[in-house]
Amino acid sequence: MTLTRQQGAAGHGNLSTPLIETRGIFKSFGGIHALEDVAVQLMPGEVLALLGHNGAGKSTLIKMLSGAYTPDAGQVLMNGQEVQLSSPRAAQLLGIETIYQNLALADNLDVAANIFLGRELLRGGVLDEDTMELEARKVLDRLKVNLPDLRKPVFNLSGGQRQCIAISRAIYFKARVLIMDEPTAALGPQETAQVNELIQSLKQEGVGIFLISHDMHDVFDLADRVTVMKNGRVVGSSPTSDITQDEVLEMIIAGKLPRGQAASS
Amino acid sequence: MQRVGTTAVSRVPVMTRLGLDSRLIFMVLAIAAIWIVFHLLTNGIFLTSRNLWNLSVQTASVGVMVSGMVLIIVMRNIDLSIGSILGFTGMAMAVINSRIFPDDTWWGAALTLLLGLALGALVGVIQGTWIARLGVPSFIVTLGGLLIFRGGAWLLTSGQTVAPLSDSFQILGGGLNGSIGGPWSWTVGLVLMAVILVSDLRTFQQRAKRGLPNRSVLVQAGFTGAMLLLVLGFVLVMNGYADPRSGLPRGIPVPVLVMLAVTAIMMWVVRATRFGRYVFAYGGNPEAARLAGINTTRLTIMVFGLMGLLAALAGAIQTARLNAGTNSTGTLAELSVIAAAVIGGASLSGGSGSIPGAFLGAVLMASLINGMLLLDLPSAWQNVVQGLVLMLAVTLDVVVQKRRVK
Repeated sequence: MTLTRQQGAAGHGNLSTPLIETRGIFKSFGGIHALEDVAVQLMPGEVLALLGHNGAGKSTLIKMLSGAYTPDAGQVLMNGQEVQLSSPRAAQLLGIETIYQNLALADNLDVAANIFLGRELLRGGVLDEDTMELEARKVLDRLKVNLPDLRKPVFNLSGGQRQCIAISRAIYFKARVLIMDEPTAALGPQETAQVNELIQSLKQEGVGIFLISHDMHDVFDLADRVTVMKNGRVVGSSPTSDITQDEVLEMIIAGKLPRGQAASS
Repeated sequence: MQRVGTTAVSRVPVMTRLGLDSRLIFMVLAIAAIWIVFHLLTNGIFLTSRNLWNLSVQTASVGVMVSGMVLIIVMRNIDLSIGSILGFTGMAMAVINSRIFPDDTWWGAALTLLLGLALGALVGVIQGTWIARLGVPSFIVTLGGLLIFRGGAWLLTSGQTVAPLSDSFQILGGGLNGSIGGPWSWTVGLVLMAVILVSDLRTFQQRAKRGLPNRSVLVQAGFTGAMLLLVLGFVLVMNGYADPRSGLPRGIPVPVLVMLAVTAIMMWVVRATRFGRYVFAYGGNPEAARLAGINTTRLTIMVFGLMGLLAALAGAIQTARLNAGTNSTGTLAELSVIAAAVIGGASLSGGSGSIPGAFLGAVLMASLINGMLLLDLPSAWQNVVQGLVLMLAVTLDVVVQKRRVK
């Protein structure tokens, strides 16, 4: 699969500067610390797997990165510059796109309407349905997704098709940072392979991807690096080439680095 | 045709293939059946120009409000206060018209209407703000509104009826001078036909040119032709009822014109604007709408403001028609409006509903009431029939939905 994309200089950046970086993020809900002093980095073209039990803070972290939550303290930097992710719209404008586990599609709207939700194309102040349909068709073709009628509500589409709609939304709006929460959890083997292939090609274009997954096999297949979280804290990070699946599981369960493993990040 | 928000339930593949909405077709057939049955039962009184003209005026008040209610219901809310807002704003307009602008001038009537509409919108915005910002269920807030504004309608004049209103204001009610006459009716009809023809042709051509799927030429021609015939028939019927004083055709009543304009504008809003798109997106998945960066608080406030405005417009129509402001005007109107919206396909679980469907729902309910009045049925029985029809319509919907899910 080949994807073409115009990438500004900022997209690649300096290879030593993280595409996006958090420093000392704190977030609590009613006295419960959901995130404590969380620091993660994502390089351009990198797939970073975020791992941890339910309640480890992964979801809170990605909701914060996508602008749905604001942190109590801490910084977020993109290409070395501090940014404010005060709303989903602000995050989108910075090129951060999120694909949620529950897909966040409006079932009663058609395919094109879902892809452009919140960012409709207008002509003369009026929805430009035809152009949106054409553009939706183009981006879906690029992803080799075959949907016969883009004017049908999405409620009767399969999990894979719905996932592709969510992904094409991110692609159309030229994501620089893509956050994927369990992208293949609801998919069959063939659809999973398709999504994985897509992740590979996005990576080659310099898109940074946060991948949340419980499937160790997928993680080691796709991710360059893993970051493990427990109880709202980062346990540690390691390139997938330097660590075994068992060691990662130990980090998730025990909440500490395996013996002999330096805290590299 | 609706593209967004129609329930798109089609057990008959033919309908889908033809690109028609099965619900709308079903409703047209149901209305046709009701009309024929009443025509036979009333020995040929129902389907006369005179009765259909009256029927159209009787539909106007509910018809004006129902499109707003569709948006409210689509957003998983309800507005129980509209009957009271109608009464409150109607009374306010009666007071303004008879005490501030007692002379019969067009601008006096226009200012009365404008102030009334502003009041209705304000009341709606306040209720919407309460619901969206404080998170109180709309059922409770508007139930409070129902009591408050009905009380308000009484308090404005300590219960006294305010009459008469200026002749110019009475035009809104479609009374003696409240129709636009034969020539103007033809003008409106022909302009409307031209607009339908041109816009359908242009849409078809543009989509064909850009390689987008279209209905087949024959189906599109049939559909456009049917719309043109509908407009033609409507103008013929409206002009068929002569004014007894002059013998000239009455033409389209002003409140009916208002209702048609509101319906057309609301169809456009739903189909062509971000606002309409977001209302349906919120109804389908509130969380998705929020994550897509839609300001859902403002959206809710706007929808309730719009509903208040439309309730005030209906208040103007009813008050002008009565030629008096009374504190009981519009009592229970909310129930007819909700019934019409639901019969027209608005689902209380949110996300689905259609403006043309709700409009047909209003016509259906008004036809039932009109027919039963002609038959001299006691009002107790009228209520029973209305209640049964509502339950039947919703039951049908639930059954269809269940089969779709299976």
